[in-house]
Amino acid sequence: MLRDYVPLLLHIGVAIGFAVSALLMSVLLGKAGRRTRVKDTAYECGMVPQGETQPRFSVKFYLVAMLFILFDLEIVFMYPWAVVYKEMIVESKLVLWSMLSFVTILMIGYVYALKKGALDWKR
Amino acid sequence: MDYYFLFTSLAKIVALLAVVLGIMNYAVYAERRISALIQDRLGPNRVGPAGLFQPIADAAKFLLKEDFTPRHVNTFYYWLAPCLAMIPAITTLAVVPFGSTLFGVPMVIADINVGVLFVFAIASLGVYGIVIAGWSSNSKYPFLGGVRSSSQMISYELSLGLAVIPVFLLVGQLRLTEVVRYQIEHGWMIAPFIGDWANLHKWLLAIPMLISFVVFMIAIFAETNRLPFDLPEAETELVGGYHTEYGSMKFGLFFLGEYIAMITGSAIIVTLFLGGWHFPGIPDGSHGWGWGLVNIFVFFSKVAALIFIFMWVRWTLPRFRYDQLMRLGWVFFFEIALVNIFLAAIILAYFPQ
Repeated sequence: MLRDYVPLLLHIGVAIGFAVSALLMSVLLGKAGRRTRVKDTAYECGMVPQGETQPRFSVKFYLVAMLFILFDLEIVFMYPWAVVYKEMIVESKLVLWSMLSFVTILMIGYVYALKKGALDWKR
Repeated sequence: MDYYFLFTSLAKIVALLAVVLGIMNYAVYAERRISALIQDRLGPNRVGPAGLFQPIADAAKFLLKEDFTPRHVNTFYYWLAPCLAMIPAITTLAVVPFGSTLFGVPMVIADINVGVLFVFAIASLGVYGIVIAGWSSNSKYPFLGGVRSSSQMISYELSLGLAVIPVFLLVGQLRLTEVVRYQIEHGWMIAPFIGDWANLHKWLLAIPMLISFVVFMIAIFAETNRLPFDLPEAETELVGGYHTEYGSMKFGLFFLGEYIAMITGSAIIVTLFLGGWHFPGIPDGSHGWGWGLVNIFVFFSKVAALIFIFMWVRWTLPRFRYDQLMRLGWVFFFEIALVNIFLAAIILAYFPQ
């Protein structure tokens, strides 16, 4: 059981090692250039940078993130259901209807969010 | 812990990484040649015969470029972001069975029982690389690219997660090797009726599986930030998107990560829907090591075919507008994937075999 995860740790180690060594090689082999004031400014198509570097952005992005957490949790609930479904459906059809009612309740929230315009990017 | 197990695991990891990096390098070359073919150009053809050494020249160029960190960035996160963009893409490959057995060793690095959950957990970490890159660059274009990307990737993760549930309704386990074993016994997920033409149950099951396949594939397009979903780096609006301030190997790692994510995505599609390493008529690795190698070859051929479709789509379709993209993900795919789950569930409940 736990033994299955040992190669996984090895694999992650190799992946990290690869990324770090690639960066390290680039530092060692890369040609050093002159550091000038213009080179240090943020890139805005060759113009002098204007205003804040991290401008204000639409609140819609937060809204999407919040809705994501809500609906992603719903999906996580469905995985255990999906795994046991084939065995339980033989005994009774209740397992199908219970999940359907759960999703119906969630869908009321989804329709509410849609009607409120939470996902309408034109406004 | 026996040393034989550790040694074979390490050998598999190094071999898989070498193969995947090789495929990745030549995927870049293939992408440039295919785009040239589609746009009626020649593409890179000067370095070596037919330009075949181009990837080596590219790698050398990445390494020899000046490694520059601008003063206005947040240095630690600026360096962390390229690593975070690449490591999840490679790590996901660990649970994908890429062959049957070779000399009795199963050709999967870690055969864990949570299989697909691990894939989603790690693959969704990839968004951090892009968001941190956008934020730490302290510049407008990367910032907008990062914000857009975070929103896009989490939106399509919903469809991604929902689209695979019908597969697990059928298989009853999350282990990816079990998914492949199921497909060997019952036919590939998208075409279970092959070889069993008179079976109505299998024809019915093919409908939700086909919908799942299409939704999953398009969600993978969005997750890997490729056209028609490449808004995080839309070069006509955002210059280069989240990696505008990056250069040399740090940019190279983003590039690498994007292509490896594409390979990983294709590998998962192949495992879940296209039968993994199985091909009708080809026996598995227990019939000799030659067949084991053939199985691995079949798997990577399927992956290569999918990568070709990725490229074909990229050079054919125009980019979405942002509101169209969000609408497609949240309204269209989300609802279709959800209805599809119950379609599969009802078929299993009321039309048993």
